[in-house]
Amino acid sequence: MKSIGQMAREQTRTPRRRPMTGRRWRDGVFYAVFIAAILVGIAGLLTLLIDTLIDAVPWLDWAFISTYASRKPEEAGILAPLAGTAWIMVMTGLFTIPVGVATAVFLEEFAGRNWYTRLIQLNISNLAGVPSIIYGLLGLSLFVYSLSMGRSVVAGALTLTLLVLPIVIIASQEAIRAVPSGYRDAALAIGATRWQVVKSVVLPEAVPSIMSGVILALSRAIGESAPILMISAIVFLTFVPTGPDDRFTVLPLQIYTWVAQPQAGFRGIAAAAIIVLLVMLLAMNALAIAIRLKYQRQSEE
Amino acid sequence: MADTTAEIASDKPNPSGRRGPSNTRNAYDRRRRLRHIEEWLVVWSLRAAAGISIVTTIGIVIVLLRQSVGFFGEIPIWEFLGGTTWTPLFKPQNFGVLPLVGGTLLVAGIAGLVSLGLGLGAAIFLSEYAPERVRRVLKPVLEILAGIPTVVYGYFALTFVTPILQGIFPDVIIFNALSAGLVMGLMIMPMVSTLSEDAMVSVPRSLRNAAYALGSTRFEVATKVVVPAALSGIVASFILAISRAIGETMIVTIAAGHTPNLTWNPLLSVQAMTAFIVQVAQGETPQGSLEFKTIFAVGLLLFVMTLVMNIFGRWFVGRYRQVYE
Repeated sequence: MKSIGQMAREQTRTPRRRPMTGRRWRDGVFYAVFIAAILVGIAGLLTLLIDTLIDAVPWLDWAFISTYASRKPEEAGILAPLAGTAWIMVMTGLFTIPVGVATAVFLEEFAGRNWYTRLIQLNISNLAGVPSIIYGLLGLSLFVYSLSMGRSVVAGALTLTLLVLPIVIIASQEAIRAVPSGYRDAALAIGATRWQVVKSVVLPEAVPSIMSGVILALSRAIGESAPILMISAIVFLTFVPTGPDDRFTVLPLQIYTWVAQPQAGFRGIAAAAIIVLLVMLLAMNALAIAIRLKYQRQSEE
Repeated sequence: MADTTAEIASDKPNPSGRRGPSNTRNAYDRRRRLRHIEEWLVVWSLRAAAGISIVTTIGIVIVLLRQSVGFFGEIPIWEFLGGTTWTPLFKPQNFGVLPLVGGTLLVAGIAGLVSLGLGLGAAIFLSEYAPERVRRVLKPVLEILAGIPTVVYGYFALTFVTPILQGIFPDVIIFNALSAGLVMGLMIMPMVSTLSEDAMVSVPRSLRNAAYALGSTRFEVATKVVVPAALSGIVASFILAISRAIGETMIVTIAAGHTPNLTWNPLLSVQAMTAFIVQVAQGETPQGSLEFKTIFAVGLLLFVMTLVMNIFGRWFVGRYRQVYE
């Protein structure tokens, strides 16, 4: 007569294989299906990148970055769009950072829990979901025509500011929320006013995350072509903007123009321009992540 | 020491011995007064900054409405919403917007199917099957898909996907809805997968463990326990993804074509609402003309469609979410 302990030990010692019923077989099949789903996504991404890279490599050289566009693909370069992108990025940053951070500070530190605040919050969430071309229509009608800014850099920057503002606001809000309330309480306890608490305690703590969010928002802005297409509407530019009211073009817009051309050579330089754009975006995103990681580690010491 | 705005407003006597704002001229009280003015200025500047977001929405609505009202003054709204021919830039002019809506919905529909299939599958894999290490690596990789500019997807659709489609279906022309739809589906897949996965991960472990304890396979737990529990989040993610697909511009402009065409056949060339807006804005249509105003009417329709979907998606989550606590 075996004891319970003996029977239990026997059960665990002898390996058992469960029968391969239909249910288990289905589980295995769908495991494959679900893995396939994610692999298709990743494969799509890799195909896109590799295919573009293959098309681009013959056309990438230093001359590409430093010459203007031309009727002949062999002589065309992306100097004008690069300059335009730089101008747009700087100006959009200049407009977005104060307004976005100020709004976030207001919502997190100064506003009460009333209907007005909820309305603003809801409004920001809605604005984040509005298609970018609607911002293009707004910018075209308001900045280019009504305010007579013409199809200038500043009109484009203002339009993009409105487009990325919700992103900056939301990112800044999260950064401010992440500041421990103990810091605020300590400052208030020694008699600081609310603004002094924000200025000298909350903001310095939140700045790395805010910067990270701003860089991500700007990287989104330079990839957006629809609103710029509406505002700039130019396809062939052979000069570099020298002031905020000059005409301009940006890299994604130039890519669009070249993609639309039927001649074979333009496909190659479009691919090359895409690679340049992707490298820029990669650099910006890496910078944002690096900032976040560096300050996360610092604050954990 | 510094006193807060609340203290000033109260009736406590301040160090100069008086109640309320002090009216002495010593340096201490001067500094306190300035600080209060500064505080008041700051709060109002911040309030104004927050107001800019409201002004933006009002601006969008005003701009769209103003021009659309001008448009609908000449073209009756039922002709716009009900007509099936769209030729505002040619003679004879027709202003029925349905072909544009049809083109947008056809591409968005294909994109929705692709992204739902891939996104949900990926989400189930990440939340139910994948070990934590794999999940940590694969999630950011999927996010990269969401960060690629849409022009790049347009390029990919036109130069890579279309030739492959032409190999499969020989009479496919270079601009077609299928190519744009497939690539757009790839682009919005991370949206579906991330939001669905968030919804599924928040289903408590105890539900899953109970099912496993009864002998379920992972597939059965995923499909009979987790997905139904997270369904509101999954549906909401799908609605938001479709809304994004409807508002997308560059992929359809580059790959789907410029011929308004009311059809269910994805192998044909269609024009989406966003592509039409781009076409007119790029051209030389004079600013105050009826033809120019069409883009605002189409824009208004687009805005309303995406707004309704976004609001419905958020409402759906609020109404149907199962709260486990």
